[in-house]
Amino acid sequence: MQVNWEIRENTMHIYLTGELDHHAARTVLEQAGQAVDGNLPMRCVLNLSGLAFMDSSGIAVVLGIHRRLKAYGGELKISGIPAQAMRVLHTAGVDRLVSII
Amino acid sequence: MKILNELKMEFDSRSVNEGLARSAISQFAAQLDPTLEELGDIKTAVSEAVTNAIVHAYPEHIGRVWLRVRVLEGGVLELVVRDRGVGIPNLDEARLPMYTTGGADRAGMGFTIMDSFMDTLKVRSDQGKGTTVTMRRRVLPRSFR
Repeated sequence: MQVNWEIRENTMHIYLTGELDHHAARTVLEQAGQAVDGNLPMRCVLNLSGLAFMDSSGIAVVLGIHRRLKAYGGELKISGIPAQAMRVLHTAGVDRLVSII
Repeated sequence: MKILNELKMEFDSRSVNEGLARSAISQFAAQLDPTLEELGDIKTAVSEAVTNAIVHAYPEHIGRVWLRVRVLEGGVLELVVRDRGVGIPNLDEARLPMYTTGGADRAGMGFTIMDSFMDTLKVRSDQGKGTTVTMRRRVLPRSFR
């Protein structure tokens, strides 16, 4: 599981690649959290197009990043969601909490 | 229902084995020629059940997790995930969406996802003896799609 990020035009883009399960979740949340805390972006896009699999552990990761940003008024959007991950996010109602682009 | 094929696995309750369980089930389920969506649902449900056993069944030590998957007559895939861990004290509560006794990295959506991604879900838990999760999903033959 890989976490990469960059800042382009005042927006932080976080890219997750691999299989996001419970085994990977803690490290992903730590790495993404550090990126957010170190830069405090007002806009953040979580790009999930590199995910080969995601279970409910991914919900905790998305909500964790969402909460971190919200704490200081930042905004999270999710993009490039593969169909399998979308089913998981939709079942949990995450698509009603976080905007999807 | 007649059993047409069966696979059994036993592994340590270490999180690194979650991916292994998913791959094995995915390969085994391939004989039913599932769509990508069906396969995704099955893999997700297995991942949730195995993760529950790994996170909750053995809080103090590494225990064993048993996984059994069968192809039954009529294109039905049956999955059983069993542990001999602490058991679930309140099953009704545990099955509620967003309910978790895990930390901030858990969403409490495991049972909700198993329930919506599979046709049937049965959970049996005895405190101090362990938990058995049984799930079934019918994979539609191609001519019906």
